[in-house]
Amino acid sequence: MTATPKISIRDLKKAFGPKVVLNGVDLEVGVGESVVIIGGSGTGKSVLLKCILGLLTPDSGSIKIDGQEVIGLPADEREAINRKIGMLFQGAALFDSLSVWENVAFGLVRAQGMSRREAKPIAIRNLAAVGLPPEVADLSPAELSGGMKKRVGLARAIATKPEIIFFDEPTTGLDPIMSDVIDDLIVKCVHELGATALSITHDMASARKIAHRIAMLHAGKIIWSGPVSELDHSGNPYVDQFIHGRAEGPIQMQVSA
Amino acid sequence: MNPIAVIGRLFLAFLAAAGRIAMFAGVAVSHCLRPPWYPQLIGRQMLDIGYFSLPVVGLTALFTGMVLALQSYTGFARFSAEGAVATVVVLSMTRELGPVIAGLMVAGRIGASMAAEIGTMRVTEQIDALSTLSTNPFKYLVAPRLIAGLTMLPLLVLVADVIGVFGGYLVGVYKLNFNPAAYLKRTFDYLEFMDVMSGLVKAGAFGFLISLMGCFHGYYSEGGAQGVGRATTNAVVSASILILVFNYGITEVFFATR
Repeated sequence: MTATPKISIRDLKKAFGPKVVLNGVDLEVGVGESVVIIGGSGTGKSVLLKCILGLLTPDSGSIKIDGQEVIGLPADEREAINRKIGMLFQGAALFDSLSVWENVAFGLVRAQGMSRREAKPIAIRNLAAVGLPPEVADLSPAELSGGMKKRVGLARAIATKPEIIFFDEPTTGLDPIMSDVIDDLIVKCVHELGATALSITHDMASARKIAHRIAMLHAGKIIWSGPVSELDHSGNPYVDQFIHGRAEGPIQMQVSA
Repeated sequence: MNPIAVIGRLFLAFLAAAGRIAMFAGVAVSHCLRPPWYPQLIGRQMLDIGYFSLPVVGLTALFTGMVLALQSYTGFARFSAEGAVATVVVLSMTRELGPVIAGLMVAGRIGASMAAEIGTMRVTEQIDALSTLSTNPFKYLVAPRLIAGLTMLPLLVLVADVIGVFGGYLVGVYKLNFNPAAYLKRTFDYLEFMDVMSGLVKAGAFGFLISLMGCFHGYYSEGGAQGVGRATTNAVVSASILILVFNYGITEVFFATR
């Protein structure tokens, strides 16, 4: 691994009132590496991602992107950091007041000041990269299926050629075949951009496909992390239980909320 | 439960809410004053608030002016002061009813749609998506709405004033048989610049409050469809109450200068 990691998280803590969600997370993601964080629902995967994105402010700890501390940055410097970042949201989070191509071109037009005339062909090229025909460009997001929305979301995330891409449950709500298509696209796009990727998911097929390295989040801490090849003999009972989806084991699911 | 503790808790909750709104307003206003501005977005909001509210505001102003003429005639006829009807109509419309009625109608129309739109964007993570695309949500969503509300409501109220006075004129001339020329003369004889001006100042404040409440409640909505519904209700109710409170406050200030 190279000298400075792309993302470096140290002892990150976040609580909502009395409920401690992150209790000292340590994680490093190297340049060009694809790390997938796995963990059950409600273990704080999304909270961790939102802390890195600057959408939530952690209680303590440190998050460094390219060696620069990003917690507590003023808004304009935070925007500069965000320019290096692309994000695929769980529900795609497309702007429904804009057409598909305007969504894809949003970062180019708003953040980079490109003219709409220049941005449209680039948007269509990005749509093609995720396997969508140019006819889709002028549709509104409401007219798309779930899988297509995910693809448009991916096209929007890669349009600004980010150095880091985050994926929030990229395959949730999709059928197994479409999940595999999206996984393939993620692998391809990340590889072509040479980007660093950090994903959260509980879909093990997806995790095995897109990850170089897998980290498991449980009870607010990263309890195991290692290359995909070691996942099946991690020797960690929590990981074993999770990847095999067993109800019995050290992880006790809170059934009654 | 201790009743004093309940009162205290309610009072603290009120102060916390007021503080959050004030901080939200401070950030939002600072974004209104700093570039970049998005003329296209401001234009779209202006169209929505100003132009598309015209039918609703026009109709309510028309009937308000009409009923004002009818009611004041009934009242003034009891001490033979029918001649004052035109003056009462124009003063009430410009100083009071034009801004308040337009404000309340726009609060229902625009405040609700702002809260619903921004609230939906919040719960579907579109606001988070804006941030990750290096676009400040305050700049992109809130500032255009505040600017449009502040500028369009006075124009809307100006139109409502004219239509309301026209409504009074219709009833005065065709139902109460006033002489048209005398009615118009009476209308403008006692009208002062400050009467219209105070109404327009109110309108600007109301427009700002409507947009602020719509954006604030939408921005902090949570909990899916139910949360968006709650945000919409809160936006309309709080904007309406604030309009009536500020209406008294601004009147009080102008009353001192008369």
